Amino acid sequence: MAQLQEVSVEQFKHLVSERALTGETMLLNMGPQHPSTHGVLRLLLELDGEIVVNCIPDIGFLHTGIEKNMEAKTYQKAEVMTDRLDYMNPMGNNLAYCMAVEKLVDLDVPPRAQALRVILTELQRISSHLVLIGTWGLDLAAMSMFLYCFREREQILDIFELVSGQRMMTTYMRPGGLWRDVPVEFETAVRDFIKIFPKRIDEYEKLLTKNPLFIDRMVDIGYLSKETALSYGVTGPNLRASGVNWDLRKARPYMGYEQYEFDVPVLNEGDTYARYLVRIEEFRQSLRIIEQALNKLPMGPVRSDNRKFVPPPRSEIGVSMEALIHHFKLWTEGFHAPDASIYSAVESPRGELGVLLAGDGGPKPRRVHMRTPSFDNLSVIPEIVKGHLVADLVAILASIDIVLGDIDR
Amino acid sequence: MEKSLETIVKDLQEKFGIMYEEFRGEVQCMVKAENIVEALKTLRDTHHFELLSMLNAIDYYPQTSPRFHVVYQLNSLSKNLTVQLRVAVNGDQPKVPTATGVYKIGMWREREVFDMFGIEFEGHPDPRRILMPEETEGHPLRRDFPLGYEEPQFTFNFEEIDLRKPYAKE
Amino acid sequence: MGVEQKLGNMGVVTTTLEQTVNWARTNAMWPMLFGLACCAIEMMAAQAAHYDMSRFGMELMRASPRQSDLMIVAGRVSKKMGPVLRRLYEQMPEPKWVIAMGDCASCGGVFNNYAIYQGVDEVVPVDVFVAGCPPRPEALIHGVLTLYEKVKGEKFKDLAADVK
Repeated sequence: MAQLQEVSVEQFKHLVSERALTGETMLLNMGPQHPSTHGVLRLLLELDGEIVVNCIPDIGFLHTGIEKNMEAKTYQKAEVMTDRLDYMNPMGNNLAYCMAVEKLVDLDVPPRAQALRVILTELQRISSHLVLIGTWGLDLAAMSMFLYCFREREQILDIFELVSGQRMMTTYMRPGGLWRDVPVEFETAVRDFIKIFPKRIDEYEKLLTKNPLFIDRMVDIGYLSKETALSYGVTGPNLRASGVNWDLRKARPYMGYEQYEFDVPVLNEGDTYARYLVRIEEFRQSLRIIEQALNKLPMGPVRSDNRKFVPPPRSEIGVSMEALIHHFKLWTEGFHAPDASIYSAVESPRGELGVLLAGDGGPKPRRVHMRTPSFDNLSVIPEIVKGHLVADLVAILASIDIVLGDIDR
Repeated sequence: MEKSLETIVKDLQEKFGIMYEEFRGEVQCMVKAENIVEALKTLRDTHHFELLSMLNAIDYYPQTSPRFHVVYQLNSLSKNLTVQLRVAVNGDQPKVPTATGVYKIGMWREREVFDMFGIEFEGHPDPRRILMPEETEGHPLRRDFPLGYEEPQFTFNFEEIDLRKPYAKE
Repeated sequence: MGVEQKLGNMGVVTTTLEQTVNWARTNAMWPMLFGLACCAIEMMAAQAAHYDMSRFGMELMRASPRQSDLMIVAGRVSKKMGPVLRRLYEQMPEPKWVIAMGDCASCGGVFNNYAIYQGVDEVVPVDVFVAGCPPRPEALIHGVLTLYEKVKGEKFKDLAADVK
């Protein structure tokens, strides 16, 4: 087993100011195991008293080799690994991967499956923002926020368990549609949730939004300008809080998002408080989308019937020879994809989640690259943290909404 | 493809002699390594492509020249267009000029491509490994790097794998 | 005739020193915050109001290893994180226990590749393995109660043998 690497100032000479070399400023390690870093992130801080002069993030403590592991599996089996990338948003990762596979092999998705995918993705967005707001409150010492948010999240996880059997890593969306149709209780469960949630959002707002302690710690902290954000590749609510109106659901609609009416919150201040307000407003817009999609839910099949890529139902295998052959080929070898590459992106709760998928003519992919938003969102931290106190660093890290599984893959 | 994208691609073709192809509605342009920084600068300043969303590489292992394709995906927010640039790189001593002068996203993404594939970016201010530990040898995402697969223990081979497994001391 | 029958309901309890010490250890075991990946979210859900873990003595999670007795390794341990885990384990004072939560900590889980330890018992000695990907909060609580059974069965002569 490797030894722990001892860090000396010489390794980072080109990244710290000259005052560190003379010893005037202190190098502090905010290590991989820390209650406020939202995962295994290591930050090397150069401190002048309490003020941060430089901040050097060190990532890779959760590197799992998912991309290489996916090259060794067929397209259907590799989907299991995509759940575990951004573990706050497993349905969203499944959606991004399935859309990429469908684009590569040119597979259609029936309208009922599209509407159900939209409902589940928006529920997952609400669940991800709930965890963020809960842990944000916990970081800034408002512990009851954590308990309230997790109470709502349990209700959403009950809906996921009803639909797929698993709370978090569902792998419910498959190339061509969904794994199976939703049970009858799904609609009542979602409608119950839509009925109680708006009052809960008002409860959270009463607790935090006008709270003078919260405002004191967040207004004018961590200013991110439009040009810096675009140059560093920041996307998602962080970019929208800095004044850029860019949401992939509106700009390049997918899965029927153009049929639903919803607004995209955009603020101009670019500080931590703006990033908080954008996410609270996204709760309400997601509820609007879910209600419209549920009202318009069409009847029909939930998976494409292109048997070259989608396995036939068990009932057909007993009667039809082609169904048996398709089942056999798909289970032993998997379907073949053309020797080309595509890029397809969706809007995850953190930003633009893209998939670069390259096939090689065979059943296994040549390259699967997940362009995860937290990687680029984190790279902007050294710029916006300069000159703030260490306590502000905690608030800024919470507002950028990183998930280490996303960053290290 | 749309009219505005066609004019942009023709402009790039005149200036840098690129070849492009369309697949499933996307436009993918092959650019030579010497021209990539100029091409990115042209797209950012003249044609308003403000966001470089993805910078990564694909390994076409059994063929060695070119072995890697470095892929850049650019987005224009004001015009709502997207275009993909690709640079073909050889297998031995792969080098590409850095894009950090044009888009700051290259600071971390190019370190990741170096770490995973071994492609060097000339002029990068901080060429260190980012995801793997510093003392790793080799570049994991190359196709000839082994996966590191460990035999699962079933009852028939339980003891022999148990003897080989490095259990921790107390 | 034992002492219990003479004393009856005078409000006096007789027991052995071992049982008292083990009872005290199980009733207030404080875990150390070691959530790495997806299992950490289910650990947080187990600590929250719906599946309360404070009923079993784990009122708070200590971030510092010097003040905790239990390390719940929740998530996948990569080769870069292994030495950090070992060092934190060595910083915990005796008596200490380790629960490997989830498939990745028990056996490498879905990830059989170059970057993940195939089971966290390659780094630290483990007492209880909890299976699941991620295990439900109820499964984690079952794992904790199994650990309590194990602690209640501990004897002093085993601990004395460790001291050299």
